[in-house]
Amino acid sequence: MAPATAHNGGTLTDTAAGARQAQELDRVVIRFAGDSGDGMQLTGDRFTSVSALFGNDLSTLPDFPAEIRAPAGTMAGVSAFQVHISDHDILTPGDAPNVLVAMNPAALRANVGDLPTGGILILNIDAFDERALTKAGYSSNPLEDGSLSGFTVYEVPMTTLTLEAAKDTGAKPRDAERSKNFFALGLVTWLYHRPVDPTLQWIRDRFGKSPIVAEANTLAFKAGYNFGETAELFQSSYQVRPAHLPPGTYTNVSGNTALAWGLVAAGTLSKLPVFLGSYPITPASDILHELSKHKNFGVRTLQAEDEIAGVGAALGAAFGGHLAVTTTSGPGVDLKAETIGLAVSLELPLILVDIQRGGPSTGLPTKTEQADLLQAMFGRHGECPVPIVAAQTPSHCFFAAIEAARIALKYRTPVILLSDGYLANSAEPWRLPDVNSLPDISVPFATEPNSTDEDGTPRFWPYLRDEETLARPWAIPGTPGLEHRIGGLEKADGTGNVSYDPQNHERMVHLRAAKIAGIVKDIPPVEVDGEEGADVLVLGWGSTFGAISAAVRRIRARGKKVAHAHLVHLNPFPANLGEVLGSYRKVIVPEMNLGQLSKMIRAEFLVDARSVSKVQGQPFRAGELEAAILEDLDV
Amino acid sequence: MSDTAAPATTKKDWTSDQEVRWCPGCGDYSILTAVQMLMPELGVKRESTVFVSGIGCSSRFPYYMNTYGMHSIHGRAPAIASGLAVARPDLDVWVITGDGDSLSIGGNHLIHALRRNVNLNIILFNNQIYGLTKGQYSPTSEVGKITKSTPFGSLDRPFNPISLAIGAEATFVARTHDMDRKHMMATFRRAWEHKGAAFVEVYQNCNVFNDGAFEKILAKDARPTNLIPLEHGQPIRFGPEGEKGLTRGPDGELRVADVADVGEDALVVHDEKRQDPSLAFALSRVATGPYEPTPIGVFRAIDAPDYGSAVQRQLLDAQEKKGPGDLESLLTSASTWTVSGNGTNGAGGPSDSID
Ligand code: SF4
Repeated sequence: MAPATAHNGGTLTDTAAGARQAQELDRVVIRFAGDSGDGMQLTGDRFTSVSALFGNDLSTLPDFPAEIRAPAGTMAGVSAFQVHISDHDILTPGDAPNVLVAMNPAALRANVGDLPTGGILILNIDAFDERALTKAGYSSNPLEDGSLSGFTVYEVPMTTLTLEAAKDTGAKPRDAERSKNFFALGLVTWLYHRPVDPTLQWIRDRFGKSPIVAEANTLAFKAGYNFGETAELFQSSYQVRPAHLPPGTYTNVSGNTALAWGLVAAGTLSKLPVFLGSYPITPASDILHELSKHKNFGVRTLQAEDEIAGVGAALGAAFGGHLAVTTTSGPGVDLKAETIGLAVSLELPLILVDIQRGGPSTGLPTKTEQADLLQAMFGRHGECPVPIVAAQTPSHCFFAAIEAARIALKYRTPVILLSDGYLANSAEPWRLPDVNSLPDISVPFATEPNSTDEDGTPRFWPYLRDEETLARPWAIPGTPGLEHRIGGLEKADGTGNVSYDPQNHERMVHLRAAKIAGIVKDIPPVEVDGEEGADVLVLGWGSTFGAISAAVRRIRARGKKVAHAHLVHLNPFPANLGEVLGSYRKVIVPEMNLGQLSKMIRAEFLVDARSVSKVQGQPFRAGELEAAILEDLDV
Repeated sequence: MSDTAAPATTKKDWTSDQEVRWCPGCGDYSILTAVQMLMPELGVKRESTVFVSGIGCSSRFPYYMNTYGMHSIHGRAPAIASGLAVARPDLDVWVITGDGDSLSIGGNHLIHALRRNVNLNIILFNNQIYGLTKGQYSPTSEVGKITKSTPFGSLDRPFNPISLAIGAEATFVARTHDMDRKHMMATFRRAWEHKGAAFVEVYQNCNVFNDGAFEKILAKDARPTNLIPLEHGQPIRFGPEGEKGLTRGPDGELRVADVADVGEDALVVHDEKRQDPSLAFALSRVATGPYEPTPIGVFRAIDAPDYGSAVQRQLLDAQEKKGPGDLESLLTSASTWTVSGNGTNGAGGPSDSID
C-alpha cells in the first residue's frame, strides 16, 4: 500500500520539474466513475475546463443515471464522465478509456469492461470493503482475485487521505469525506500535468460562501496532487501537449449551452425578442436554464404548467411577433404535436427543440438516442409537413439553432430542431465565430393591406402568399388595418376565411406541402467528404457526426477508400442528395435508432441503403462503425 | 399601450364580415352583442384587441369580432393567450371559452393562467353541455343528466366554476348571464378594467341541447326572487321587495334569511376587495345549482401584481444592470483562450492519430 502522506496546505511542486520523467502522449481518454453522490460529473467537468484552457482539443461524454440519488453503492447509482484530450483535432469522446478512476466497487464493476488490457486503473481502495463489494455484486474481491491482472492498478486510500487533509478545517468527517472527488481530481491533475491554478480559483469562486467547504476541497485537491508527486507509486506522469488548432478565440461549450446561445443569437440576428415557453424535462432543461439568464437580451422565458402550455404560450408569442421557441424531449414532443399542427395551419414561425433521449415512453431520460426522426417527420395527424434541422456536434448546435430560426421566420412555419442527450451534455472547444459574419435572418412584418374588395376598399388577406417562398404575410396585432382572424379550421386560399370547400382543401394541403418542399431551393447541397474511387458512402445525421468521421479516418488510415456525407436538413433533403446517393455502390446509414433515416431515403430515392443501428443509450464508438463499414468494403 | 387616442367607433366597426353561425336562439348571440356594444364604450383600438378561443360553440366567437383573433385548439386558449399577453403587454387579450373547453380538456391551463394572474379577460360561456359535439354532458352538468353519452344519467359531480376560479387564486371572479345585456356589459367592463386575470362565468342557454338549464333563475319573473345581486360595500339582499338577504350563521355558512326576521344589521356586507377569499368562496356556495337563489356580479376583485408586468420589470432590471445584450460578450462569457496564428500552442502539425 502506498504511504498515506498528506501535505496539508503545502505548496505544489512545479509541474515541469517533477521528480519522475513525464511521458509524452498524443491523446488520452480518462473516465471518472463513482456513485451519483460522489461528484464525478463535477470532477470530469473541471478536468475538461482545465484541459480546454491548457489548449488541448477535447470531447466529453457524461453518463449519469436518471435518479438524482440512486441507491448508494449500487451499479444503478454509478455516474461516469469520460473525457478525451489530445494534441490534435479529435472527433469523439473516445471508444474506450485509457484510464479509469473508480471511486467504489460498483463504479469499477460497471466500467472495467470498457478498459482495454494494459489500461490504468486508479481505485479508491477505502471504498472496497466487504459490504460495498457485495452491494456492487462482487462475490470475490477483484483486488485480490486476480481479475484485474491485465491492468496497471493504483490503489489509493482516497477517503483516508482526504479526511486527513481536511482534519483542521473544522469540517465534520461526513462533510470532509465528500471532498474526495477533489482528491481524485488533484491526483489526475498531477498525473496529466494540468495547471492547478484554474481549479483552485474555481473552488474559491464556487464555494466562497462556505469557507469550510472551500478549504476542505482545496486541501483535498492539493493532497491528491501532492500524493501523485510524492508517493512513489506512479512510474511516470504524462504530458498531452496543446493541440494545433486553427487560430482564434476558443471556449469550451456543451451542446445545450451552444443551442441556447444560438437562440439568443437568432433573436439578435432577426431583430426579434426571443420567447421560450417550456416545461422542465431531461435532457432539455439546461436550455431553459441558460435562456432564463439572458433577460438583458429581452429573452422571455415562461416555465409553463405543462408541455402543451409551453408550446401554446410560444405560439401565442409568435402570433404577437416574437421569435418563439419551445424546448423539450420525446415525451414532450408527443404532447406538443397538436399545437405544432395548429402552427402548421396558422403558418406562424415556431421552433421546437427536441433533445432526443431513449424511448419509448419515459424510456432512458438521461441517455441518448436518435429515434424521434420519424416522429418529427410524421408525428401529427393530417398532412402536416414540418422542416427538420439536426445539429451534429456540440458547437454546431449554435448554428443549427440559427438555421432553424431562419427557416421558421422566412417560411412562417414551425421547424423541428433535433439534438440529443449526447450532444446536449457533451462538450468541445469551439472556435468562436465572428459575430459580424452571422447571417441577417430578419423578415418584415406586414404593414399594409394586400388586397382590395370589389368596391375598392383595401383589405388584408392573411393567406395571400409570397410567390417565391409561398409564405403568408406575418401581420402582428397592433398593426392598424390588418385585423384578421386565424384558426385551426381549414381556410380559403388567400382570404383565410373558414372554408369547407373540397377543392380548396386539396389546394391548401398541396400549398402547405409545396411551401416546405420549396425550402430545398434555400438550403446548401450536401457536401461529401469523399475520395476519388470510393464506392461506399456513409450517410449520417445528427450526433453521429464525430463517430462516423473518426471511423472514416481510421478506414482511410488502413489505405481504404470511403466517403461520408452528413445531413443537417432532413426535411426537405438537400437538392443533390438523390444524385449523391445514386453515385455509390453502397450506402451505409448508421443511426441510434432502428433505421429511420434509412427508411426515409429508401422511400424517397429507392436506394438500397444498409442500416447500422445502435440503441443502447450510448453514442456509437468509432471502432464499432469502422468494423461495420469494413464489412461493406471487404466484399 | 397605444400612444394615440382610439378613434370613436360604433358596434359596426367591431363586427366582422363573417356570417354568424350559431343556432338561432342560442344565448351566444346576446353575449356577442354585449361585447360588440361594449367595445366602442371602452374607447379601445381594434388593432390592439385580440380574442383567443379554444374549441366549441362559444369558441367561434373570434371570427365574428373585427379585431385580431385566433380560434385555437381545444382547451389551450388560456395557454396561447398567456404567451401573447406576456409577449405583448400592450394588447388587450380576451379569452373566449366554454365549460367543456376550459373546465375539462383545458382545466390545467385555466387554473394556471388564473394563479399566474396573466393580464387576460377570460369569458367562460357556461351552458352545462357539449353543444358542438351534439349534446354530451359536461363538467358543469348536474348529476343525473340524461344525454347521449349518459342514457342512464351522468354520475360525475359537477364543477362550480366560481369556486374553482377562487380556489385557483383568481384575483377577479364574476358571474353574469345571457338574458341581461346591461349586466353583461357592466361585468365585462369590470373585467377589462381589472389588471391581471379576470374570470367571468356567463350562464348561457343552449336552446338545442340543454334548453332552459337556467330557466328557474333567469326567467323574467324568477330573477327578482332567485338572483342575488352583489354590490361592493352593500348589504347583500334580494327579492322583489328586497325582503331577503344573506346572513352568516354561527357555523360560518351563508344562509338566506328574511330581513324582517334578522334585521338589516345582520346582513352580510359584500366586500369584493377582501384579500381573504373566504367570503367570495362562501358566496359561490350559496346556491348548489341554478335553481335556487344564486349570486351574480363580482365576487372578488383584489389588487395583485399581474404576471406580464412582472416579466417586463425583470427584463428592464436586467438591461439596467447588465446593459443591452451583446452577442460577442455572450459567447465569451465562459472562460476563453486564444490560439495564435503561428501555431505556438501546438506540438507540430496535425497528428496522424485517428480519433
Ligand atoms: S349547439 Fe347550443 S350552444 Fe351551440 S350554437 Fe347551438 S344553441 Fe348555441
